Amino acid sequence: MITVSDLHKAFGELEVLKGIDVEVKEQEVVCVIGPSGSGKSTLLRCLNLLEEITSGTVKINGKDLTDPHTNINELRAEVGMVFQHFNLFPHRTVLENITLAPMKVKGFSEQEAKEIAQALLKKVGLSDKADEYPESLSGGQKQRVAIARALAMNPKVMLFDEPTSALDPELVGEVLQVMKDLAQEGMTMVVVTHEMGFAKEMGDRVIFMDEGVIQEEGNPAQIFDHPKNPRTQAFLSKVL
Amino acid sequence: MLDAFFNSPYIDSLPTLFQGLKMTVLITLIGLFFGFILGAIVGIARLAKSKLIRGISVVYIEAVRGTPILVQVLFIYYGLTEDLIGLSINALTAAIVAIAINAGAYIAEIVRGAVYSIDKGQSEAGRSLGLTESQTMRYIIWPQAFKRMLPPLGNQFVISLKDTSLFSVIAIGELLYMGKQYYNVTYEIFETLAMVCVLYLMITVPASIYLRRLERKLDV
Ligand SMILES: Nc1ncnc2c1ncn2[C@@H]1O[C@H](COP(=O)(O)OP(=O)(O)OP(=O)(O)O)[C@@H](O)[C@H]1O
Ligand SMILES: [Mg+2]
Repeated sequence: MITVSDLHKAFGELEVLKGIDVEVKEQEVVCVIGPSGSGKSTLLRCLNLLEEITSGTVKINGKDLTDPHTNINELRAEVGMVFQHFNLFPHRTVLENITLAPMKVKGFSEQEAKEIAQALLKKVGLSDKADEYPESLSGGQKQRVAIARALAMNPKVMLFDEPTSALDPELVGEVLQVMKDLAQEGMTMVVVTHEMGFAKEMGDRVIFMDEGVIQEEGNPAQIFDHPKNPRTQAFLSKVL
Repeated sequence: MLDAFFNSPYIDSLPTLFQGLKMTVLITLIGLFFGFILGAIVGIARLAKSKLIRGISVVYIEAVRGTPILVQVLFIYYGLTEDLIGLSINALTAAIVAIAINAGAYIAEIVRGAVYSIDKGQSEAGRSLGLTESQTMRYIIWPQAFKRMLPPLGNQFVISLKDTSLFSVIAIGELLYMGKQYYNVTYEIFETLAMVCVLYLMITVPASIYLRRLERKLDV
């Protein structure tokens, strides 16, 4: 589903990703962990070209992102993204946040888009909030709307960048639950997270990044119980 | 006392001055209408990826902001002769064009500032959903930025309205010009200019009050 090979990313002089190789299979849940500044967000953002790729290739569903002939907007429509700070559209209601892209990108009628949106709001438990504006929602509710908004495009992959880091502790659970449901339905997911519990429970694979390279990867038991790399060990001893 | 006022030079000047006020408002509104379109285009061009497009907009903005509007209107009216541009410009057109070009530069900065102030996460969210750059601008960035533009746009309205008084140099019948015409005949200079001020204030004061309310309401 996703194949990243020898991905490099530099911001001017600063090389943030120094040769990343990752393979994500269909229906797989891959969790990315690592210290701040290690390049986790940058990697994720390269997967839908929110960052320009300096060198290397990223293929999603066989389409090469670095090929100038690839239609980036079409590709992005297949890759859902959920941000740390939700990034809901404050001037649109919850429902309108969700219906915008299906209508404008996929050309759905308002009616079709609304039906999709209502079904998704039900799924994330927010049917009663359809006509509210984002500012009246709690952080956890906002993030659930953001997930619904991404799902409305019926993506093949979902990217999550620390989706619970901006939330009050008591609101983390409701968002993780939505993500778990999604994983169980077979969604392919790449999740950058500080929630080690989620990575342990839901991750098919865990990737530990530091200083722009993948230091270690494996299944959760390998990474959390028997980390081999001293950097992984040091990181885990700090966060666990 | 009241009777004295109502049968005074203050009141007598009003019909003439109202005519001028109409012209002043007309020039301002039409000028700002085109100025806003121009400003929106240049303001967005100012944020474009292309260096050339950015460069052109900067040159325009700086050229206009660095020269007096009085020079600009003289340039448009007397400088751009029929020989030079192939059509003759009447005073009203020159006045409207001057306001449009002048306000356009300031509005471009207002637009740029407002668009720039919208969190980058908004456009990233739009783009990540597959919206094109222009769809993102139109449905996500612009509506949010427009709200933030309203107070400074209102301010620009007041400035442009007052700027039109300079256009008496090209003999267009705006408020100040009509005032001058009037007192040239009656010699009631003090009374006439006082009424000219009152008429400007009748528009600018409510505009300012409304603006301040709007600012509070939008919380920007
Ligand atoms: N747009 C940018 N311009 C310049 N430097 C950047 C930019 N974005 C990220 N960086 C730098 O790249 C490095 C990696 O950033 P990144 O956001 O990918 O880290 P991260 O692993 O997600 O960290 P965190 O856990 O804090 O989110 C950091 O040193 C950061 O300062
Ligand atoms: Mg990050």
